[in-house]
Amino acid sequence: MHEMALCESVLKILESNARDQGFSAVKTVWLEIGDLAGVDPEAMRFSFDAVTRGTLADHASLEIINVPGKAWCMPCGCNVNVKQRFDACPTCGSYQLQVVGGDEMKVKELEVE
Amino acid sequence: MCTVCGCSSGETTFENGDSHGHHHHSHSHDHGHAHDHHHHHDDGGHSHAHEHAHHHGHDGAHDYGLGPARAHAPGLSQARMVEIEENILGKNDEYAANNRRMLRDAGVLSLNFVSSPGSGKTTLLARTISDIGGEIPVTVIEGDQQTSNDAERIRATGAKALQVNTGKGCHLDGHMVGHAIEALEPEENSLLFIENVGNLVCPAAFDLGEDHKVVILSVTEGEDKPLKYPDMFHASDLMLLNKVDLLPHLNFDVERCIENARRVNPDIRVLQVSATSGEGLQNWYDWIKAARQFARIGA
Repeated sequence: MHEMALCESVLKILESNARDQGFSAVKTVWLEIGDLAGVDPEAMRFSFDAVTRGTLADHASLEIINVPGKAWCMPCGCNVNVKQRFDACPTCGSYQLQVVGGDEMKVKELEVE
Repeated sequence: MCTVCGCSSGETTFENGDSHGHHHHSHSHDHGHAHDHHHHHDDGGHSHAHEHAHHHGHDGAHDYGLGPARAHAPGLSQARMVEIEENILGKNDEYAANNRRMLRDAGVLSLNFVSSPGSGKTTLLARTISDIGGEIPVTVIEGDQQTSNDAERIRATGAKALQVNTGKGCHLDGHMVGHAIEALEPEENSLLFIENVGNLVCPAAFDLGEDHKVVILSVTEGEDKPLKYPDMFHASDLMLLNKVDLLPHLNFDVERCIENARRVNPDIRVLQVSATSGEGLQNWYDWIKAARQFARIGA
């Protein structure tokens, strides 16, 4: 549900960059969304289309780059891949994991004109 | 529309009559010269990166109403790539950082209460204020989609409270809370309770500038909730397991529930309480006092 608010923020980022960098239309938006960011990509796409209608990003295509979840396993002493926050360490089965990556959500790049 | 709330224009309402604190200019930028209204923030709380992102009027009001920039040289446009690398929640995080600084400077301990609807948040807050409000002044920000029922319940305890209705919004954000803090002016060394919208999903992502998120889970819910809504339990420092007076009537595995919470967040602290019977509340008050000491020494 908060994907709508996130897309509003994306649009504001596009608008402020349009002012600063002198472009008037956005053709493609690349977002980087981590597995652990709590964002549903489908809801993001739906919201993006709704939010950008009639704006500088009308009909822009949205590319979502997935970033895998990474956590530091204390017993193993190394980084491991996790799909969800409650995953056990795939190597040792411990839950002593500290998420170190894959919780980001950012606007990475734009194709503009 | 407000940047961070995601609500439609004017949708968020504050009880004190502010319709969101925004001043939406209708000035459209479609005549053929550049407008670069870059103002420095005068509240000292925003970093450089924030500077270009929205516009301030003379009264310092935040203005999100400017339309998209237009092409100043039609016919010369050409597709190109622009690297941005901007955090989607960057602006909310700046508002939150500003709130945090404001509250820390005043020695206020702020707690953001999150839970599903019906976990007993408001009852727990009202009881807490009745029990310790005489000792430590408490101010409350109440977030709900509609009604000011909760703020009225809190005010009945004698605490200062402000209701923020988010309209269609599913969470409070740093911007709304900033306005609410300005309106409430919590006194120095007091407690600020922020009761978020009842929702175990969205409020997890939005930092409000609080010292701690406190998640309330009642034993009438499932013990697997921490696994179903891991982000919220991950973001919280303390879990209050509420309504434990009902345990004899329920088939709820307390140990399993705590284990699930620790799977998602190995550092989470857990207290078992009942806002109705009073069981475990002294521990909760001791936790608040300890957290307050930490906040006061800046630890």
